Amino acid sequence: MPDPGLIMYEEEFKQIDAELHRLHQQANAKVTFLVDKNGQLIAAVGETENLDTTSLASLTAGNIAATGGMAKLLGEKDFSILFHEGERDNIHISLVGRVILVVIFDQRSSLGLVRLRVKKSVEILSQILQRILQKVDQAKAPSGTGGGNKEQPKSPFAEITEDDIEKLFG
Amino acid sequence: MSFINYSAREINCKLVFYGPGLCGKTTNLQYIYKKTNPDSKGKMISLATESERTLFFDFLPLALGNIKGFKVRFHLYTVPGQVFYDASRKLILKGVDGVVFVADSQAERMEANIESMENLRKNLQEQGYNLDQLPFVIQYNKRDLPNAVSMEELNQALNPKGVPFFEAVAPQGQGVFETLKEIAKQVIMQIKKGT
Ligand SMILES: Nc1nc2c(ncn2[C@@H]2O[C@H](COP(=O)(O)OP(=O)(O)OP(=O)(O)O)[C@@H](O)[C@H]2O)c(=O)[nH]1
Ligand SMILES: [Mg+2]
Repeated sequence: MPDPGLIMYEEEFKQIDAELHRLHQQANAKVTFLVDKNGQLIAAVGETENLDTTSLASLTAGNIAATGGMAKLLGEKDFSILFHEGERDNIHISLVGRVILVVIFDQRSSLGLVRLRVKKSVEILSQILQRILQKVDQAKAPSGTGGGNKEQPKSPFAEITEDDIEKLFG
Repeated sequence: MSFINYSAREINCKLVFYGPGLCGKTTNLQYIYKKTNPDSKGKMISLATESERTLFFDFLPLALGNIKGFKVRFHLYTVPGQVFYDASRKLILKGVDGVVFVADSQAERMEANIESMENLRKNLQEQGYNLDQLPFVIQYNKRDLPNAVSMEELNQALNPKGVPFFEAVAPQGQGVFETLKEIAKQVIMQIKKGT
């Protein structure tokens, strides 16, 4: 199979959340959030109460996927930044490796400011994501080869039974 | 590609409904949406043409319950079945954890079924997936129509490997949750194996 699944641990989640908070504040944004390229929401910060973040996450990923497809047809690598301007709200989307950073802002901010702050956040988020990948690799390495799995607890999913699954469907 | 979030204690999985144009993929999601209680579902999004053909995808997030203290979320997607939307179909398949192939049981759609199945295999292959190793279920839909082909014939044409299959009449819900349950089960078992 291609890519292994994305795994998020407590420590990195906190770091991501902190970075989204920082960006939210420094860019004067309404909402900042991070989405997996497959459309799964990782974290969201800001005025999210009246926002359907699950749907937004899926559409953001669809948007990035569609423009990525267009880029390929043009022989471009990827369009790493997308910007949509509305009458009230604007949306700024940037690719950070396999995840997508989204900033929603209104007239309290500006494209220039958002761009500037996003640049810095992309760097920081990339580093955090890099660490997650390393952790996942380590966790997967068979024990006794030095990699081992010291920090992470044993996976809770190893003991799933058919019964557990039956219960999901009530 | 599942996403396990230890911090939020969630598992997210992506299921894709594939199949030829008008076979009933969107109808499956609509029925699931209709019959799921409001706490367990998000909004259903349909990016469709004016004539209600899927243009890019349908999306339905479901949170059915907990396993081992983790909230299990399924993200259901349909692809556009019309042949010329192939580029979009490839995009939707990215990161898929399990596939439901919805076949149209009508005799005159046999060729379209076969073509779509080959297209699925090819599009998965391009992304490094092997259909035979992926959680996979076939649904034979439109069993209510008089020109429906026999199950033996359908299985012979579309299911040489003998994966689990279900008869369905999607607008009435027949076979819909049976199909969903089977693919969900396979996907979760896959996660179990992978951890
Ligand atoms: N009689 C009958 N009609 C069905 C059944 N399932 C779906 N339909 C009808 O078939 C038509 C097409 O269904 P959709 O669910 O939109 O098909 P689709 O696979 O999403 O089609 P695309 O979006 O073009 O790929 C609709 O009018 C449905 O009501 C079935 O089991 N029996
Ligand atoms: Mg459809």
